Amino acid sequence: MTQTSTEIAARVGEILDAHEGVEGALLPILHAIQAAYGYVPRDALPIIAKRLNLTRAEVHGVMSFYHDFREDPAGKHVLKLCRAEACQAMGGDRVAQHAQNRLGIEWHETTKDGRITLEPVFCLGLCACAPAALVDGKVVGRVDEARLDAIIEGVR
Amino acid sequence: MKDFIIPDRDFGTPAAKSKAMVTLTIDGFDVTVPEGTSIMRAAAEIGISVPKLCATDSLDAFGSCRLCLVEIEGRNGTPASCTTPVAPGIKVHTQNAKLKQLRRGVMELYISDHPLDCLTCAANGDCELQDMAGAVGLRDVRYEAGENHFEVRNTSGEKNPNWLPKDDSNPYFAYDPAKCIVCSRCVRACEEIQGTFALTIEGRGFDSRVSFGAKTDTALTSDCVSCGACVQACPTGTLQEKSVIDIGTPDRSVITTCAYCGVGCSFKAEMRGDELVRMTPYKHGKANRGHSCVKGRFAYGYASHKDRILSPMIRDSINDPWQEVTWAEAMEFASNRMKGIIAKYGRHSVGVITSSRCTNEEAYLVQKLTRAVFQNNNTDTCARVCHSPTGYGLGQTFGTSAGTQDFDSVEQTDVVILIGANPTDGHPVFASRLKKRLRQGAKLIVIDPRRIDLVDNSAHIRAAQHLALTPGTNVAVVTALAHVIVTEGLFDEAFIRDRCDWDEFQDYAEFVSDPRHSPEATQFLTGVKADELRAAARLYAKGGNGAIYYGLGVTEHSQGSTTVIGIANLAMLTGNVGRPGVGVNPLRGQNNVQGSCDMGSFPHELPGYRHVKNDQVREVFESLWGVKIDNEPGLRIPNMLDAAVEGTFKGLYCQGEDILQSDPDTKHVAAGLAAMDCVIVHDLFLNETANYAHVFFPGSSFLEKDGTFTNAERRINRVRKVMAPRQGYADWEVTQMFAQAMGADWHYTHPSQIMDEIALLTPSFAGVSYERLEELGSVQWPCNEKAPEGTPLMHIDGFVRGKGKFIVTEYVATDEKTGPRFPLLLTTGRILSQYNVGAQTRRTENVVWHAEDVLEIHPHDAELRGVRDGQFVKLASRSGETSLRAKITDRVSPGVVYTTFHHPTTQANVITTDFSDWATNCPEYKVTAVQVSPSNGPTEWQEEYAAQAEASRRILAAE
Repeated sequence: MTQTSTEIAARVGEILDAHEGVEGALLPILHAIQAAYGYVPRDALPIIAKRLNLTRAEVHGVMSFYHDFREDPAGKHVLKLCRAEACQAMGGDRVAQHAQNRLGIEWHETTKDGRITLEPVFCLGLCACAPAALVDGKVVGRVDEARLDAIIEGVR
Repeated sequence: MKDFIIPDRDFGTPAAKSKAMVTLTIDGFDVTVPEGTSIMRAAAEIGISVPKLCATDSLDAFGSCRLCLVEIEGRNGTPASCTTPVAPGIKVHTQNAKLKQLRRGVMELYISDHPLDCLTCAANGDCELQDMAGAVGLRDVRYEAGENHFEVRNTSGEKNPNWLPKDDSNPYFAYDPAKCIVCSRCVRACEEIQGTFALTIEGRGFDSRVSFGAKTDTALTSDCVSCGACVQACPTGTLQEKSVIDIGTPDRSVITTCAYCGVGCSFKAEMRGDELVRMTPYKHGKANRGHSCVKGRFAYGYASHKDRILSPMIRDSINDPWQEVTWAEAMEFASNRMKGIIAKYGRHSVGVITSSRCTNEEAYLVQKLTRAVFQNNNTDTCARVCHSPTGYGLGQTFGTSAGTQDFDSVEQTDVVILIGANPTDGHPVFASRLKKRLRQGAKLIVIDPRRIDLVDNSAHIRAAQHLALTPGTNVAVVTALAHVIVTEGLFDEAFIRDRCDWDEFQDYAEFVSDPRHSPEATQFLTGVKADELRAAARLYAKGGNGAIYYGLGVTEHSQGSTTVIGIANLAMLTGNVGRPGVGVNPLRGQNNVQGSCDMGSFPHELPGYRHVKNDQVREVFESLWGVKIDNEPGLRIPNMLDAAVEGTFKGLYCQGEDILQSDPDTKHVAAGLAAMDCVIVHDLFLNETANYAHVFFPGSSFLEKDGTFTNAERRINRVRKVMAPRQGYADWEVTQMFAQAMGADWHYTHPSQIMDEIALLTPSFAGVSYERLEELGSVQWPCNEKAPEGTPLMHIDGFVRGKGKFIVTEYVATDEKTGPRFPLLLTTGRILSQYNVGAQTRRTENVVWHAEDVLEIHPHDAELRGVRDGQFVKLASRSGETSLRAKITDRVSPGVVYTTFHHPTTQANVITTDFSDWATNCPEYKVTAVQVSPSNGPTEWQEEYAAQAEASRRILAAE
């Protein structure tokens, strides 16, 4: 669901007020907006830029640098699978392929019912329990096909 | 900077300013450079070019391309020479087996993601990537074709998701992401040099791309102001001038001076044959230091526009169509008419208007024409309508009619007061230099009725104070600032005692201390809150080096001269005169408005600001010119028009100025012109004034003649001929032909001879000659025996006039008052992409940014009148009415409306009144009482005017 621009202006304005006087406020603001909406609405960027005395280019540059900031809403649940070396060595590729087949989507896509978004992530620091996954912000280790199916069932 | 074809060495990093010197050894050679210099620059100083891609000497070192690696004995690794400063005694190697291999490896990676289409690339032969591939000896790319950014489709025909199409939205340059090596030079140029921050690097790693604005922006919709700094910085063909794409690379360049605003930027006119390929800012230009704006960099297409008239034309009456004739016929016709008028109405019935767009030499000849040939002093210039109060005010207080500093001075300023000027639009290159200083921490006080971009709409800077005064109350505000400085004891007593007349100061202090000048008393009149004004005064007086920059928002008022005097008083009170970083700096409007004033264009002054009543001065001119000079001042422009309406002024030679569009009260100007028997217009185009002309001399552009322009910092810059005049003669030759037809014995064969004559006659120019200018590049007057290299800063040890003079500045409200019929105040200004009456910029692609004049109106005033955004409104004053589209914005305060005057269809000057400055007659453009109401389209006047203009521009077919 996208918000109308006046609603966004009001909510973003409140978030900006809350960060008034904070040094280096751009990242905390982007985090707060993503926390409020689940993504950073495009209409928010010029408002942030104006308040922080930056340009839209600069805000866009910072936001696009961090993969965790979303431009569009994600599905209700976000499943991130680790694609880094240790996990790949422990069968991460196979699990990833299984996830894509099972959900019928590619990386960065959301299932048609809007329930699950699938994303790659590079190292969760859980190499000892590879392959690793992150389900709605919670780490899960030793993810094989069966555990993945259970995860998917759990959030469906 | 692309400098392969036209070498102008790039030292890689900016020069260090330290006085301490460091000696080191590079490749076995000793080199001594200032502390803080990069190894790369030190190497370049002795002629060793370390390969580089992301470094250029206009930008701070960045260290991203990893090509400029060097080895330093005793240190680990291979540091980047651009980011590594020199140290005493180190031994640097820029070339050995290890470095060669590393560089080749880096280059190989770059080329693996770059198209190999050099032969058909617009940057072929002018590409640093190409040069560096050659320099590092790249012979092979071992990487197999894989993911890349430059192929539209992969080998199996699938679309490459990494490929982005070329962005052609800017009319002057193209952005081709496929060629980009992500060196960030463009992004850094936009930030460091221009200060607009319109560019960024989006994404990261392999996904890093240069982006104009946010994700959905193009170059045109982003904040980009098209200054060209990014294009200049780009080492490849990624950001490329469209003219180079169309024509090819230039093969020679000529240093010349921009013919737009008073900043006077130096440019390289880059040529192929006699075709101008591009204009690039010259990094050794002392006014612009390698920077440019959209007008100077790109908007030169008017010089070859189809509207340009290339043949002289005459007609008996202004109702006839024009008839093309030879130069000889035109001269005969014009001189016969003028001679006839002089015979019938006397020698005072004719006059001239010199141009602030033409060279010093041309302005000098035109005023000489009236003084020596017509034998009267009826000469005036467009400065009458812009900075004449500056000449008067600064002449009275300091003793010279010019600004006190050079532009470099802004680098040492701590507090800037900006009054009635909008440099980001009017003087963009100066604005960039100012913004750079503000980002370093200098404070800004803006005094302007409108919230200009520098107040809060420029990234990373914000004005400390914005005093949004009611138009017309400048004197009250400036006097209130002085009140605070005097009554709070913030003045610099030692400076005043030493440099000014103490008695005059005491009179002045008593005057400003009167409680009626306090900010609390004046706030209801000026609309400026007392506490804000007090804060501004304290900041200026005690914030370190305080500099005042001002524009036409100061001068174009009925009390313009008084405000200039008030500004000079503020500088003297606080001791802010006579050293770097301070001073009083008028931002002059036109390229040579300073010069045209210096050249004696005013009716009361001979060249060098010396009064015509002064017998000794006249004698000097009389003996050289061999004529008697009138000892009575002649007519000013408004007097000429009044006299014309009365029937006593009959003939005018007007060079390079469109008085019908630019002077106030258009109807009165039209009536004056229509009443004359011979109006000679000398211009590039059939301008609005030419609608009332009998003779048209086609003019030559700044590219087609030699001469000099003098900018706002008194800097005399050379203008150099890069192509032959398209219509046959440079403007000075045309004036000379006309003078000869009038009987004068003039035989100049080159403008340098005219400059020699000026130097001979004018003490402040005594040391100026073309040889001197070749030698020094440019020179700031006074240039004479005492200052053979010119004078960057004035009044260093004492004021030119002796003691600085404090003059009392009593506020007198203008007669132009709001009332029930005209409740709003109109003030006028301009916009970045257009210049003055737009005769040039309207004939370039700059119209994509500003296709018509609009009226800015506050939402409150708009709602009261039922005006909607974008709707046509009628704008009416006591003088006349016009119509234009409304733009609803809170940049203007309630009660104030604002427009520009770039388009003749709008004719904003139909509205302005004939009130003017008490001392100099400078018109009060900045205050007109008006009413605004919704409207359906053009007014009756606009339609009549358009019909008259069209009829008047008919040209008979050649027989």
